[in-house]
Amino acid sequence: MNESKSSTRIVLSIFAVITSIWLVAPMFAVVPISFAENASFQFPPQGFSTRWYESFFSDPSWLRALGNSALIGLLAAIVAVPLGTIAALAISRSTSRLANVAQMLMLTPMIVPVIIAGAGVYTFFLQTDLVGTIFGFVFVHVCLALPLVMIAVNASLAGYDRSLELAAASLGANPLRTFFTVTVPLIAPGVAAGSVFAFVTSFDEVIVSQFMVSPALQTLPIVMYSSVTRSTDPTIAAVATLILVSVLIGFCFYRFVVVPLSQRRGAKA
Amino acid sequence: MPARTDTSQFSTLSTRAIAVQSESEPKKRQWVSRDTRRLMLALLPAFLVLAVFYFYPMLTVLVASFTDPKPGLQNFEWFFSQSVNVGVLWRTIYISFWVMAICVVVAYPFAYFMTMVKPSTRSLLMLMVLIPFLTSTVVRTFAWVLLLQDSGPIGSFLSLFGVESLGIMRTPTAVLIGMAQVLLPFVVLPMFSTMSQIDRRLLTAAESLGAKRVKAFVTVYLPLSLPGVAAGALLCFVMALGFYITPAMLGSSRETFLSTLIQGQVQGLGQWGHGAVIALMLLVVTLAILGVSALLGRARGSAVSDMVGGSKA
Repeated sequence: MNESKSSTRIVLSIFAVITSIWLVAPMFAVVPISFAENASFQFPPQGFSTRWYESFFSDPSWLRALGNSALIGLLAAIVAVPLGTIAALAISRSTSRLANVAQMLMLTPMIVPVIIAGAGVYTFFLQTDLVGTIFGFVFVHVCLALPLVMIAVNASLAGYDRSLELAAASLGANPLRTFFTVTVPLIAPGVAAGSVFAFVTSFDEVIVSQFMVSPALQTLPIVMYSSVTRSTDPTIAAVATLILVSVLIGFCFYRFVVVPLSQRRGAKA
Repeated sequence: MPARTDTSQFSTLSTRAIAVQSESEPKKRQWVSRDTRRLMLALLPAFLVLAVFYFYPMLTVLVASFTDPKPGLQNFEWFFSQSVNVGVLWRTIYISFWVMAICVVVAYPFAYFMTMVKPSTRSLLMLMVLIPFLTSTVVRTFAWVLLLQDSGPIGSFLSLFGVESLGIMRTPTAVLIGMAQVLLPFVVLPMFSTMSQIDRRLLTAAESLGAKRVKAFVTVYLPLSLPGVAAGALLCFVMALGFYITPAMLGSSRETFLSTLIQGQVQGLGQWGHGAVIALMLLVVTLAILGVSALLGRARGSAVSDMVGGSKA
């Protein structure tokens, strides 16, 4: 019996490795193209050059798009995280039937195809002169990021013991102090994950963004998307490589710095 | 540390006292309870933003499908009179369905394997699922374009063996491969959270009662894992319906999705009413799928809970 169990395990592990390769490996196809010498997407790439990176870092339209995306992503995360966290906390604590309805409404932007709101945003922004404004971008992206922030915070609220808050209150802490010294540290991992999701959602957004861009305000994914649909310019491969590398650095930082630190703290406590 | 135990005892006691006190507070009969008012206050900022920047624009689209350019049903007539529109509608549903099927088949063993391994391997597998989710959609899809094109690495490799062209690019297969990769996390995560709560000793119990391993798995484990499968499959299906970039970049014009059609009508042709009616159709399909699955889920959910109850008895 044990033999068949371990054979199941081996089959499953081979399957998991293949699936992981399918998930992650294809993205590295952008790396060789980004170092190609000529303007072609052909494999294997001919020669070696860093001209596509130079083209990215010397082209103000690419750099401006990167700057806009980073700024919008940061602002969207700064707005969405507190709103989503407070909403998630309130919903999880409420016994009201309204809480379920509120939760469903907040998750709508994730479930209902975003193009529907996007088409509406187009006319709404044309009427209100919000096209091509950072303000408009940020608040639309906040709506799209809210469900993810809420899901992340909810996950950290599972197994949350509210009697800890009552304990703090009974020891004389006022509600604000209880919130910042007890609640916030306990849900911090969820809030951190929510911030990352919020930033990434905004930084990646194409569908609604294409209704909001103006010639003066472009975002990185929009410039990438129009580049790949209109021309064979390996600059996009260089940008893609840079994004991929930053995601991987982020993951390594999380896995080798954040996780060990939090484990050490957990062991001390 | 005696002092510490004292304080902790004190805190539990006083916690209890507070809990009792708050319970014994006389409940005032009010139009809205205190709890509800607090909830509404906490939700106000989030809902203000959602109302102005999400629900209002969405509402204008739905209204426009009946009123633009003039009130009436002419937009609906236009939608159903064009075989292209109806074709795209069916294709969107059809491809989304297959993406869901692929994701479920791949995610099930993957999530099951995650419950078997040690925590460090598990978090590594979780990262594998999350990396495509956190990498830009355009980057990810662009990488598939490079890989699947006839002059890509797979195509060049096959040409060594005399295969003339790979011929995957701009086919439904390419769209399926690309979409399933992105949507896999949304299927793996609910499946894993359901599976990690299943008591694996139930399997041992079934086997000790004489069930073969496959039978024990199919009759005990599979039904218990179904709620997670259903949740993941539903999320995947519904999210697939709204895809835009992946079908546009990997598919041919024959794999156009409703989203692309809407964008073309609204921004490309300036046909606001036509775009709005397609958007309404997309919403109707989404809500129909959610509704049907809610009904099915109620029926199946009770069956599952019966089974859990049965195994407990």
